[in-house]
Amino acid sequence: MIKIMLLTALSLFGVAIAIALYRIIKGPSIPDRVIALDMIGVNLIAVIAVISIALKTKAFLEVILVIGILSFISTIAFSKFIERGVIIERKRNE
Amino acid sequence: MLSINITMIIPLLVAACLPFLSKKKLPFHIGWFVLAVPIVLFVIISSYIPSIASGSTYLHTIEWIPAYGIHFTTYLDGLSLIFGLLITGIGSLVILYSIYYLSSKESLHSFYLYLLLFMTAMLGVVFSENLFVLYVFWELTSISSFLLIAFWYYRKGSRNGAQKALLITVSGGFSMLTGFIMLYSMTASTSIRDIIASIDQYVDHPLFVPALVLILIGAFTKSAQFPFHIWLPDAMEAPTPVSAYLHSATMVKAGLYLVARFTPIFGGEDLWFWLVSGVGLITMFWGSFRAIRQTDLKALLAFSTVSQLGLIMSLLGLGSIAYHLGVNENSVPFTLATFAALFHLMNHSTFKGALFMIVGIVDHELGTRDIRRLGGLISLMPITFTVALIGSFSMAGLPPFNGFLSKEMFFTAVLNIHQLDLFSLHTWGVLFPIIAWIGSTLTFVYCMIFVFRTFTGPYQAEKLEHEAHEAPIGMLISPVLLAMLVISIFFFPNLLGDYLITPAMQSIFPTFTPSFDLRQPISPWHGWNMEIWMTIGVIILGTLLYRSFRRWKGVYSLFSERWGFNALYENLLEQLETRSSSLTKFYMTGYLRDYLVYIFLFLIIVTGGIFFFTDAFSFDPSGDAPIRAYEWIIVIVMVIAGISILFAKSRVTAILLNSVLGYMIAVLFVLFRAPDLALTQLVVETISTVLFLLCYYFLPEWKKEKTTNRTKITNILISISVGSLFILVALAVNSGTLFETISKYFENAYELAGGKNIVNVILGDFRAFDTMLEVVVLFIAGIGVYSLIQRKVPKEEEKLEDQ
Repeated sequence: MIKIMLLTALSLFGVAIAIALYRIIKGPSIPDRVIALDMIGVNLIAVIAVISIALKTKAFLEVILVIGILSFISTIAFSKFIERGVIIERKRNE
Repeated sequence: MLSINITMIIPLLVAACLPFLSKKKLPFHIGWFVLAVPIVLFVIISSYIPSIASGSTYLHTIEWIPAYGIHFTTYLDGLSLIFGLLITGIGSLVILYSIYYLSSKESLHSFYLYLLLFMTAMLGVVFSENLFVLYVFWELTSISSFLLIAFWYYRKGSRNGAQKALLITVSGGFSMLTGFIMLYSMTASTSIRDIIASIDQYVDHPLFVPALVLILIGAFTKSAQFPFHIWLPDAMEAPTPVSAYLHSATMVKAGLYLVARFTPIFGGEDLWFWLVSGVGLITMFWGSFRAIRQTDLKALLAFSTVSQLGLIMSLLGLGSIAYHLGVNENSVPFTLATFAALFHLMNHSTFKGALFMIVGIVDHELGTRDIRRLGGLISLMPITFTVALIGSFSMAGLPPFNGFLSKEMFFTAVLNIHQLDLFSLHTWGVLFPIIAWIGSTLTFVYCMIFVFRTFTGPYQAEKLEHEAHEAPIGMLISPVLLAMLVISIFFFPNLLGDYLITPAMQSIFPTFTPSFDLRQPISPWHGWNMEIWMTIGVIILGTLLYRSFRRWKGVYSLFSERWGFNALYENLLEQLETRSSSLTKFYMTGYLRDYLVYIFLFLIIVTGGIFFFTDAFSFDPSGDAPIRAYEWIIVIVMVIAGISILFAKSRVTAILLNSVLGYMIAVLFVLFRAPDLALTQLVVETISTVLFLLCYYFLPEWKKEKTTNRTKITNILISISVGSLFILVALAVNSGTLFETISKYFENAYELAGGKNIVNVILGDFRAFDTMLEVVVLFIAGIGVYSLIQRKVPKEEEKLEDQ
């Protein structure tokens, strides 16, 4: 029973990722796409959590943490890029 | 007594000292120092004459590359003795002559260095008993001849002549090397004497005929035989002593030496006979025909050398019949032909050397050697004239000079041939005496032109650069000595015959001795026979032709320069250059895209071809795991993302889609239970996305490349086939497990290495060497990026940063 539930959850998350992918491809503006990528990141966290339960292992818990950090960082990087045009600014007068 | 090996090295040793001498101011001409070398060598080699004449030979071996049977072996017998004497004897005279010919302003030390190098090389060719050592010295003669022809390297003609000589003789040398290798693979021996002893077993070997032809090509290119004679007239750009030494007396005879030396090996073959004597006769005729037309004295002598070499070559060919007939009385006329060849070879060296020196004197004293500007020198340069007269009358075959004797023997040989019912000679054999006779008549004509156009007629002082006067005495010594030799050989020919030529005959016909008398008595007068009437005919017709030369000069316009072998050679070079450059330009387009197309095509053809032809594409899905629904979804997401990258309109979209691909791979890693990989993949993917964005700022606008439909279709085809090839290969590889995996071993990670994480234990313990080097790769990449950014920043970039 629980296995079917987990599989259903996984498939639904997969559908969610596919929908987010549609937004990335289609998305009229770049912020749309970045948000979609962020959403994919969050979905991945969930997917991996579900997989860990399904596989009965704790080995992937670090992956969840890393995705959390990285998706945050990459969203920030994209946002900064969209706003400033560069990611790392050089402050010359210091 | 010094062994021949040591003797040969003497010129090299002296040559090595010359550059040091050039630094010092010598109180005398450097040539005097060099002159001692050939004289010493001549004396050493002459000291062997009595023992060689009594039938002994000398063999000295120094091991060089024993593993391949290549030894520095010298063999002194009659044949090599003749050549050794010619090389050192004429070498001494030429060096003596060059002392007066070349002024001290020339770079004399390089001249004598090249000349000594050539002398060693030439002695090496004639004394080497080992095939490959012979080849080494053979190429050394080509190289030193190249250096000598281009001695005045600032002249275009010299450079062209040197290049031509090198290209032709070295190609011939390569073909000869191939022939040698074939001989070696047949007989498993590198020693010429061993090959001669055992060649009878290999006559039916499939490599026998190719080896014969290839070695002959080598000999023909070196000896300027038709149609490879074209390099010799152009080599006349060399200083005259060089022309006299290399291009008349010694180097061009290396091919004749080779033919004579290999006659015991290939002599019985009819192909050998037809090639050697046929090519020789054609060369003899063509050389004499072309010589008449030349206006440059040296070019005339060059063509006459070509013609005389052809004569000797054809005689060697005729002599090879004796091998076919075997050891009996019938072969006497043909051993006579070889005897005549050797005799004429020596005679030719004497008179041709003298004639070249005469031309050098004329050129040196008057500043020209154009026959149209010369004339009337008979009373102004009497000694020069006398020597020229002796030399050219000997060349024309008139008594009382040595050329007469060898020409008579030549006629005897060709007259003997057409009576022979062998090698289908009864049909073609009659051509031999006819061509020989016509060739001799033409020889007579150009000899007359040489001596009478230059020295008689009106004296044209206004066309000359210097006032005509007799040459200095030092310059005249060598030609006068040679001229005296020309006459004395006529009166005492048997001295030469008994002491030098008979032993040489024994080395060409080793199987004929001792049961057979190879000695031929030469008599200056042999009665009223066919040969003497032919000579009289030559003189009469030759005189008529010389008198009426103006009337039949038109014949030469039939043979336009455009259709000659020179034009062929030049066309060949030019076409080779343009064709190869257009071929290279055709595929080296400079577009990376095209090169990728080649690389991928090669991959598809080779990998796909190998898998296809070895029937490796076999699929066995039975062992595969089932695919679950969420795996499908993830893979489909990846496929969509991957295809969408191709159609993305902006760069940011492409980068985003790329990171989707990367994250999905991380998920796949999770699904297939590889947590470490998933972690690393996530981090690396994020960093590379950030790096893409970093670069983004500096990149130009994303533009669709303007490509034609054809390239688009090619790209699509190639990418689809590479993709499907890899899918097929992966499936094929996956379906067959040839042996057990070794992963069981790593399962004891905890017992063996004390770690529970197998991946990390493998990385850090079992196979830590890979990890170390990957760390180094990252280190190098980091340093590389740092130096790219810090060093050599173009100025535009600086401006960008300043904004």
